[in-house]
Amino acid sequence: MADILLDVTGLKIEATAYPPGEPPQDITIVEDVSFQVEKGKVLGLIGESGAGKSTIGLSAMAYGRGGVRITGGVININGRDIRVEGTGGLRKLRGAEVTYVAQSAAAAFNPAKRLMEQIVEATLAHGRHSRKEAESRAVELFGKLGLPEPETFGSRFPHQVSGGQLQRAMTALALCPEPDLVVFDEPTTALDVTTQIDVLAAIKEAIRDTGVAALYITHDLAVVAQVSDHIMVLRHGKMVEYGDTDQIINRPAMDYTQALVSVRSTDHEEKTPSPQPILTVEGVTARYKNAPADVLRNVNVEIHPGQTLAVVGESGSGKSTLARVITGLLPPSAGKTVFDGRTLPPSLPERTKEELRELQMIYQMADVAMNPRQTIRTIIGRPLEFYFGLRGAEKTRRIQELLDEIELGDGYIDRYPAELSGGQKQRVCIARALAAKPKLIICDEVTSALDPLVADGILKLLLDLQKREDVAYLFITHDLATVKAIADSIAVMFQGEVVRYGPKSQVLSPPFDDYTDLLLSSVPEMRLGWLEDVIENRKMESAGN
Amino acid sequence: MHPILKLVAQRVALSLLLLSAASALIFIGTNILPGDVAQSILGQSATPEALANLRRVLGLNEPAITRYFDWLFGALQGDLGTAQTNGRDIAESLSKRLTNTLFLAFWAAIVSVPLAILLGLLAVRYKDRWPDKLISGATLASISIPEFLIGYVLMFYLGVQLRWFPSVAAIRDGMSLGDKLEVIALPVMVLTLVVLAHMMRMTRAAILNVMQSAYIETAELKGLSGLQIIWRHAFPNAIAPIVNVVMLNLAYLVVGVVVVEVVFIYPGMGQYLVDHVSKRDIPVVQACGLIFAAVYIGLNLIADLVSILANPRLRHPK
Repeated sequence: MADILLDVTGLKIEATAYPPGEPPQDITIVEDVSFQVEKGKVLGLIGESGAGKSTIGLSAMAYGRGGVRITGGVININGRDIRVEGTGGLRKLRGAEVTYVAQSAAAAFNPAKRLMEQIVEATLAHGRHSRKEAESRAVELFGKLGLPEPETFGSRFPHQVSGGQLQRAMTALALCPEPDLVVFDEPTTALDVTTQIDVLAAIKEAIRDTGVAALYITHDLAVVAQVSDHIMVLRHGKMVEYGDTDQIINRPAMDYTQALVSVRSTDHEEKTPSPQPILTVEGVTARYKNAPADVLRNVNVEIHPGQTLAVVGESGSGKSTLARVITGLLPPSAGKTVFDGRTLPPSLPERTKEELRELQMIYQMADVAMNPRQTIRTIIGRPLEFYFGLRGAEKTRRIQELLDEIELGDGYIDRYPAELSGGQKQRVCIARALAAKPKLIICDEVTSALDPLVADGILKLLLDLQKREDVAYLFITHDLATVKAIADSIAVMFQGEVVRYGPKSQVLSPPFDDYTDLLLSSVPEMRLGWLEDVIENRKMESAGN
Repeated sequence: MHPILKLVAQRVALSLLLLSAASALIFIGTNILPGDVAQSILGQSATPEALANLRRVLGLNEPAITRYFDWLFGALQGDLGTAQTNGRDIAESLSKRLTNTLFLAFWAAIVSVPLAILLGLLAVRYKDRWPDKLISGATLASISIPEFLIGYVLMFYLGVQLRWFPSVAAIRDGMSLGDKLEVIALPVMVLTLVVLAHMMRMTRAAILNVMQSAYIETAELKGLSGLQIIWRHAFPNAIAPIVNVVMLNLAYLVVGVVVVEVVFIYPGMGQYLVDHVSKRDIPVVQACGLIFAAVYIGLNLIADLVSILANPRLRHPK
């Protein structure tokens, strides 16, 4: 039998919930989960948000966030049950035998301290090496992880390096004490696709070179397929399927796993453009106040009635700024927007109520786009009152109609946003935008914060609504799989300029320009060995941010 | 230019502007009061002729704006005028008083600031357990009791009953530092008890706020101990709000010690001010007002500068 490092049996994790107006109650987050990790092997934990993946990952360090408690089962590391360890014993385990890589390295690094200080801290605190040895090991890891100027990288502060670099620095932090096990908690989720691929490759190489074992947590099956030896699929805190990577990806046994594997297969037939566009952006150049350079340079795009223009690009490419210019939040320094034949006034206060009504917006974070103290009735009712003067029974009837359209039946009208799931919240935001009967809806990364299956549902809903209401979408996203699913035409943005623009079929067929090629090839594919192929074949280095 | 130098220069310039505005307010305020210096000097014996005479001598017939600038430029050169009541040079009598007040404030700060921060750190470490509750309760009680009462209680027990410290803070020139410290021990204790709660509670709140951050979890998962986490990871990020409240309290130690000085008959600024306010000695009131304003603005300037310097984004731009 192989050398077992981590052996978990019958894990049960509970937390205390505080429902409003009711006594506190214990809820079970994880139940009856068992798995093993051999020395030097990688186990992928996959599932949607709320599946308990992070909770299980942290349980390998006997750590619970907030009020989370491990209440049952055995967690053996190196043959020792860590559940019976006291505070002192756990402290020796954390940061030495088992280390952690957080999802958002930007938040996980202390802004007041230099990177090197933080990276060697655990090694020194546990007396694993002298400062000199620890620092030279860190420098070696910086080099291995492809960080710029490894010798001096550690003397920088967290805000002085990019997101992708910070995520690698976090990996260096976790590997520096020479642990037996590293818990990677969604280490690439917050990164751009093109950056994700580099970080992923760096992590994979570092794992292989140091011979460390790892728990790799993600919601993206295509990503986990690239790095792990085994995969465990989780749902609602229970194990759905557990097997080696090849079997899970190529021969999934359970329905839920099959759904995960086939997600992102939504496709959409491209419509032919009509003669008269609903929105034309002509030569728009824009810059923020006090900014040194233009954020948008000479952008020209068109959207046709009842169709979708997808704007894709990495963060910082100017996608959201384009939306701000069209909505009037940021008046452009040159160029204009023509809507339905009329030139729109450049700034928001100059626009008429009718011009405001015809152009609505849906945001990435449905959570913060709704007032948490208003019911769904108030939230959707507001545009009905504001634009159409609806009152009383008439308004309620219309709200109900809109709720039916977004497939939220009875019983939702008097709920608060906090009582809805992430996907349901986004649906309410869609209904609020539809309530104004707009001709164009700007969707700013509306599916990015959602789990893949939920995001799929939202995309299908948006396509349905487009067919019925004949509304056009300006769909901003960094995710090319989403683009394939929803767009009629595509604009690829890079550093404030549109580098490729046209009907979907044309934009997505070769020959590609280098940037589009990089973007397209960076979308993870559900295929073993994909990562190596891409790194080998690409023509352009990613910006590394 | 380094962006931080620019910020610092801006703050200093703003503070000077604020100080000149304060000086104008003080001058206007004292001029609005009914009657003038000539009237209050002559008192009952004021005849119209005598008043007119004295006003000419004192230059009170000049327009207010001229008198303001005369006073301001005098003050800038260290000339605060002469007191009406005893005809002494204000700058001279004030400088001794100010030295005494600063001496008392300095030692009260030396004791109270580190103590407040230490107690704040302990309260965070043992959050919601008995040490936290004890510290919070005790400091809250001490700030709730009026300072003169604390003063008399300490005086009675420590001064009269136990005879550990002198009850009257009679400080004189030529005393050794040790003697001086013994004399001011009781007022320092009272002042410490008065300012402790505010600083300690702010320290606790600022650090608890930082303790929610993701990097605190990172530190916990490195296996660091509770106090290491608070001291190395939370405190450096909580400096700005803590320094702000510390400086406000230091300003209070200089400006607000009137009651304590009176209780312990300590020859500081507060007593001097109270004496002359009751005698309506306008030039002295103006001079004290100007100095108090300068102390307040100066300490808040320091707080601002420390907050700027504590921000790594400003110290080390990209």
